[in-house]
Amino acid sequence: MTTLLEMRSITKTFPGVKALDTVNLTVREGEIHALVGENGAGKSTLMKVLSGVYPAGSYEGEIHYDGALAEFHDISNSEARGIIIIHQELALVPLLSIAENLFLGNERARGGVIDWRETNRRTGELLAKVGLREAPSTLVDKLGVGKQQLVEIAKALSKEVRLLILDEPTAALSEADSQALLDLMLELKKQGVTQIIISHKLNEVRRVADTVTVLRDGTTVSTMDARTEDVTEGRIVRDMVGRDMAHRYPARDRRAGDVLMEVQDWNVWHPEHAGRQVIENVNLTVRAGEVVGIAGLMGAGRTELAMSLFGKSYGRNISGRVLMHGRPVDTGTVSRAIGAGLAYVTEDRKSLGLVLEETVQRNVTLANLPAVSKSGVINEAVETQVAEKYRDAMNIRTPSVFQKVMNLSGGNQQKVVLSKWLFAEPEVLILDEPTRGIDVGAKFEIYGIINDLSAQGKGVIMISSEMPELLGMCDRIYVMNEGALVGELTAGEASQERIMSLIVTE
Amino acid sequence: MERADTSAGRGMNIGLYLRTHLREYGLLFALIAIMVFFQVVTGGTLLKPVNITNLFLQNSYIIIMALGMLVVIVSGNIDLSVGSVMGFIGALAAVMIVNWHWPVGLAVPACLGVGILIGAAQGYWVAYWKIPSFIVTLAGMLVFRGMSLWLLEGQSVGPFPKSFQLLSTGFIPDILGIDRPNGTALIAGLLTAGLILWMGLRARAHNRRYGIETEPTAFFALRNAIVAGALLFVFYKLATFRGLPNVLISMAVLTVIYAFLTENTTLGRRIYALGGNEKAAKLSGIKTERLTFLAFVNMGLLAALAGLIFAARLNTATPKAGFAVELDVIAAVFIGGASMSGGVGKIVGAVVGAFIMGVMNNGMSIMGIGIDYQQVIKGLVLLAAVFFDVYNKSKQA
Repeated sequence: MTTLLEMRSITKTFPGVKALDTVNLTVREGEIHALVGENGAGKSTLMKVLSGVYPAGSYEGEIHYDGALAEFHDISNSEARGIIIIHQELALVPLLSIAENLFLGNERARGGVIDWRETNRRTGELLAKVGLREAPSTLVDKLGVGKQQLVEIAKALSKEVRLLILDEPTAALSEADSQALLDLMLELKKQGVTQIIISHKLNEVRRVADTVTVLRDGTTVSTMDARTEDVTEGRIVRDMVGRDMAHRYPARDRRAGDVLMEVQDWNVWHPEHAGRQVIENVNLTVRAGEVVGIAGLMGAGRTELAMSLFGKSYGRNISGRVLMHGRPVDTGTVSRAIGAGLAYVTEDRKSLGLVLEETVQRNVTLANLPAVSKSGVINEAVETQVAEKYRDAMNIRTPSVFQKVMNLSGGNQQKVVLSKWLFAEPEVLILDEPTRGIDVGAKFEIYGIINDLSAQGKGVIMISSEMPELLGMCDRIYVMNEGALVGELTAGEASQERIMSLIVTE
Repeated sequence: MERADTSAGRGMNIGLYLRTHLREYGLLFALIAIMVFFQVVTGGTLLKPVNITNLFLQNSYIIIMALGMLVVIVSGNIDLSVGSVMGFIGALAAVMIVNWHWPVGLAVPACLGVGILIGAAQGYWVAYWKIPSFIVTLAGMLVFRGMSLWLLEGQSVGPFPKSFQLLSTGFIPDILGIDRPNGTALIAGLLTAGLILWMGLRARAHNRRYGIETEPTAFFALRNAIVAGALLFVFYKLATFRGLPNVLISMAVLTVIYAFLTENTTLGRRIYALGGNEKAAKLSGIKTERLTFLAFVNMGLLAALAGLIFAARLNTATPKAGFAVELDVIAAVFIGGASMSGGVGKIVGAVVGAFIMGVMNNGMSIMGIGIDYQQVIKGLVLLAAVFFDVYNKSKQA
């Protein structure tokens, strides 16, 4: 096999920070190459160097592409050579159709007038290639994240892609959608498309990757060839974090107490489509010190359930009762739900969890300002102490609590969101995808925090699309499908197979 | 990624500090530079006591509305109706006092009450029906412009009785009885300068104690020397004319109150959070609708106050009063560093921004520059100020 891409001794410095330090990356023609590493390890920076976001001359080292020295000055340079990146945050225009999105900036047109017949014909071909059965005129808005991902790939294919780079392609996908995407990657490989996948999910990496390169703190730690050697997840994790992580889920004394929270006959209808019931007759309990999981596919209604419980933040015509310590409580507005002892840590921390322009300190106290103020006047000294306390307790890595949270990494942002809710002193925390998009090290820390909460006697409801995480952390798992709870498994009974079978047999 | 600035030298630190705080210093220095420029080109007229007094009188209503506008803009909205509301309230006051012979003591609270109602009416649509504030207040701008025309029947109404004019043209008497220079003004100047210095030192000590990045000592000293010096200078000049205008006192008191509200209270903090990320604020238990509503109610109140002051100063209510004033107010807030997307901006910035606009208006008028060029220059200054913000931000990222 010939070498398609060779990045030699790439060094990229920002003022005061060396983001990449003599990194080497060799990608062979027709392979799937996985690039793994913790957040901040330099994966995205490396890909930005490759695609010309950081133009030639702003870094040291050489890029050899397709047998010649390549100097890309912006993205259009690299795209012209067939290098296409699909970012984690999808870059589609929601209110345009699939066809319009596919050929955005590259319209099938004659003299500025779009040739719709040609556009639709080509769109049909491309959609067939990625296995997406949707009409070309469907608005992207109407598609789920998984299908939008496929549209992005189809868009890349429309540009005669030679090297496709996927940045965390499955981060927002359900198990089934992820599998479909990985299959598609293997299919594209057969057609000769070289691919680089950046991922935190090591089982996926093992499934598709021919070669694995691990980055740590801006340097290349190792490159493993899956065809000639045995690449285990343990080995990758060890290289990523620089230490052996025998236990991915920290141990915890499992000692559930009395029933803390009870949800009875919870029903929720869709906020816009009046006739559509989103949550059907949900009954669940959480005991003190218990970690309860909710498993399910994307779209099963887990987030909708959580948000409807938390101050009716989702849906309408909500009926049912919430009991705390056996007494019915009012959770009709967010502040009442907080008052009743609930907290909801959102799955979408950037748009629903944090005020990114504000400091760590101001985000931590936001949900419980009265605790740091007297007759409406904030005592900043006390507020700073509170923020410092959580910075220590949660190990939030930031130069100071006066740093804007937008400058923090994903894992540290998540710790800020958790701090905010712990400071609100809830009895039951609903954690919605608490480890999404954060690196292995930070995940481990979040798990530790969850265990601490349970040790303090708080109840935790954990929603996660990563089944191993639920299996590793929870005392009990509810399985949700199409808005209803379809099963309940104890830690002893639960396995990925049993959960999946509950979902599919329903 | 942490910045490796701890290892850098002291000199580097000052440079870095200046770069990251360029905006705040830039604004202050811009105001000083503009004043020096006009002082020179107008041959010293700008800083004559009578002109300084005029500067305050002319700009008081802009500054008062800028306080409310800052809150509205920080909350993520905008209010285009303030010019019309101001004109309408002035007209209402004239009709009540001049035509209906209401006593001033009744008409003033009634007008402020109407201002609150107007703010509530507009805030209701924005907060509870989620109609974009641009549209609601654009409608309000037309409605209240039309209503002042209707109230005044297209005529000017005036003059007002003396007691009403005092709102705007009165001066605080000299408590020491010296009269010229005015003792009250001198004492107030000394007290204000002292207070600002004391508060600065206190904040600095607090920051030190909690390890918050403090500004380099040289900067702190220089900045405070300039601010205190400028204050004493202005108060001295005022003292040699007629002393402190009533309006200056109301303006200063309101500025302090709003600076405190926005920076030190839970209410203010929540408004910043609302503007920074409405959904996150709502999910943190903040009553975002109510806050938006209150921001508009407050704006209505301040627009009404500005309308009364403006009418009192002109001593007549005209259908044209307040025309296009909303644009000056909004420009002042943006020059002062607020962000169009909400969540960012400071009261002091808005006040300084309003002064920059005011000094430019005044200076250019003294120079005899036509209104045509004045508009062009003001427009370019606004663009330059916001460009400076955007450029700074992109460089930091």
